[in-house]
Amino acid sequence: MLEWKKDGWKAAIALGPTLLIMAVFTFYPIVNTFIMAFRNNYKFLSGVDEGFGIQNFVTVLSDPRFLGALKNTLLMVVVSVPITVILSILIAVALNSIERLRGFFQTIFFLPYVTNTIALGLVFNTVFHKDFGLFNSLFNLGAVDWLGAETTYWRAFFVLMVYTVWNGLAFKIIVLLSGLQNIDKQYYQAAAIDGASKWRIFRKITIPLLSPMILYTTITSFIGAFKVYTSVISLFGKGAGASNSFGPDNMLITVVGYIYNKLWEAGTPFGVASAGSVILFVIILLITLIQRRVSKSRVHY
Amino acid sequence: MGIFDKIKEKFKKKEKPQAGDSKEVKEKDLALESTKEEAVFDTETIKKDMKNMGVEIRLEGLTKEFVEKKTNRITVAVDNFDVTIPAGKLVGLLGPSGCGKSTTLYMISGLHQPTAGRIYFGDDDVTNLPPEKRGIGLVFQNYSLYPHMTVKQNIMFPLENMKVPKEEAEKRAQYMAELVQIGDLMNRKPNQLSGGQQQRVAIARALVKMPRVLLLDEPLSNLDARLRMQMREEIRRIQRETGITTIFVTHDQEEAMSISDEIVVMKDGVLHQKDKPQHVYNEPVDEFVAKFLGNPPINIIEGKIEDGKLIVNGKVLEKVKLEDQPIHLGIRAEFFQVDPKGRLEAEIEFLEHIGRDTMVIASIEDASKTFKALVSAQTIKDLEVGHKIRFNYSSYFVFNAETGERLI
Ligand SMILES: Nc1ncnc2c1ncn2[C@@H]1O[C@H](COP(=O)(O)OP(=O)(O)OP(=O)(O)O)[C@@H](O)[C@H]1O
Ligand SMILES: [Mg+2]
Repeated sequence: MLEWKKDGWKAAIALGPTLLIMAVFTFYPIVNTFIMAFRNNYKFLSGVDEGFGIQNFVTVLSDPRFLGALKNTLLMVVVSVPITVILSILIAVALNSIERLRGFFQTIFFLPYVTNTIALGLVFNTVFHKDFGLFNSLFNLGAVDWLGAETTYWRAFFVLMVYTVWNGLAFKIIVLLSGLQNIDKQYYQAAAIDGASKWRIFRKITIPLLSPMILYTTITSFIGAFKVYTSVISLFGKGAGASNSFGPDNMLITVVGYIYNKLWEAGTPFGVASAGSVILFVIILLITLIQRRVSKSRVHY
Repeated sequence: MGIFDKIKEKFKKKEKPQAGDSKEVKEKDLALESTKEEAVFDTETIKKDMKNMGVEIRLEGLTKEFVEKKTNRITVAVDNFDVTIPAGKLVGLLGPSGCGKSTTLYMISGLHQPTAGRIYFGDDDVTNLPPEKRGIGLVFQNYSLYPHMTVKQNIMFPLENMKVPKEEAEKRAQYMAELVQIGDLMNRKPNQLSGGQQQRVAIARALVKMPRVLLLDEPLSNLDARLRMQMREEIRRIQRETGITTIFVTHDQEEAMSISDEIVVMKDGVLHQKDKPQHVYNEPVDEFVAKFLGNPPINIIEGKIEDGKLIVNGKVLEKVKLEDQPIHLGIRAEFFQVDPKGRLEAEIEFLEHIGRDTMVIASIEDASKTFKALVSAQTIKDLEVGHKIRFNYSSYFVFNAETGERLI
């Protein structure tokens, strides 16, 4: 047991550096972001503002490009999260049920996790290349442009989703696999005695006993999907700040992308980007809270 | 036709009324409708169906070898096991830890595939049947209740797997729950139950599908002494009420003796003896069985046979018709009586008063070990520690000192 009088200084030494770094690079910016978001027309360099108010929020929420970015992001969340979670459950269960070559397949699925996002982006750029991409030749599609100037919204969106799902699988599979391996084998023996079919074992034993892990992966992938940014850049980007970093006409711009662009936009006060961040924060917070509430009755710890 | 099939038949009939004259069918349906309560599944039917549904279990040359993957070392967990368990009886499977009791049970249940040998339920060879087709109920050592399901859901799970209609499944679950006296705990989760309650849920879950065989793997080992006694009787009662063939695994000899119609004693995967508890106690086939049963454990006194005489401590105790050999003389504590003219002389080391009786712990001169004698307190009231004492004995066993084989 840690006692403050005796062990306080030990704890302070252990936690101190981390806390200090977090204070400077995490807590301070968060607090500052909130403050800036409520300062009207705040000039960062001179430090002057025109008092406190909700002007920045009005600007953001009435900006059609923000609403577009929000729509893009929501779409990505709605499509990628269920696919990633369901796919990772299926793969984890499959991996868990094989004995030979399990290590080999685990490595394969884990590779994207240890691979640089930009490198993965390059791979996708090659696979989905208009003229010599693997995808086009594999499905005999001809010279369909997926990532270049002539792509359409849905084509670009499709590639982005494939990329996001593939990229997100690794971590979730690892988490779910460890969850599966923690389920006592005796429940499966009991289920065999009770005459449960494979499907019923999956539905009634595996899924409920895995539910804490499933909830965890779902929440993290929700949060991850709301913060999508680098993957879009690495697929479509031609340099930060350029008008087509998020695909032609920035059509796949995300909320984080919007916030980032606002930081660099000449004549736009910092408060606008801050307000965007606060809105994103509130959305993620709400969804996480709702998820926790909804899942309370369905998750078995 | 087994009860199991009968039940299935019943459900089939209900789903698909036999084709025939449409009017007749209608009338039948109406009849079904009006007597639904009795026709489908009321408590009485369940009770009746659950009577006499035991089946004989026969194991022939049953063997299980485990091969360690890395070293290729073979463990023979069960070795050429031959035993017949009579229908409707409760049989205790008794043996020290690691002797293959659970493995035997798992083979009977179908969770383990035997390396060799066959398993019969009545006339059916079930050796190659998967667990769900065998019609068995198994209560695991640690119950293995599904932690995310309520008591009711746990008990109903096997029925849902059998696609029993919901209403009937609920009735049967309730009936079972009441039989094991947990009817008022149906909506609790397993972690909100005491050990004894969990065990009863596990028994209900195992029984609700009306299995032909009930297997219990040390179900009482987690309970305190008092609850254990209580649950013992409960299991006995449920077994009697259902008449289901039951195998009860334990390494507690007292438990096995008190609950079983017959006990099967095994060691290192090998069957040693199978008989009525009292008979196994009175007539053990070898030294292992003699030592394993009884509390305090039987006294083993070293001796030898010479010229047809049984000699302990240089004194002739008995005349016997045996070859010359070193032997172990086995005498249970309660076989002794204090007798001034007794043949066995010893020195009192310690006296332990247990109510009306006294446990005398005594030593024989050159035998290194002490032995225990349970005698009436009256007979030794003048004696103290350090005094010489003489015993007579009402009965004794003689074992070969090396093989443990019973000679007398
Ligand atoms: N899956 C397995 N792989 C290898 N060896 C095993 C396996 N299961 C059991 N054994 C071995 O088989 C022998 C019998 O084990 P078993 O579990 O049947 O003993 P038990 O009589 O039930 O003991 P206990 O009273 O401690 O439960 C033991 O030596 C054990 O180590
Ligand atoms: Mg065991």
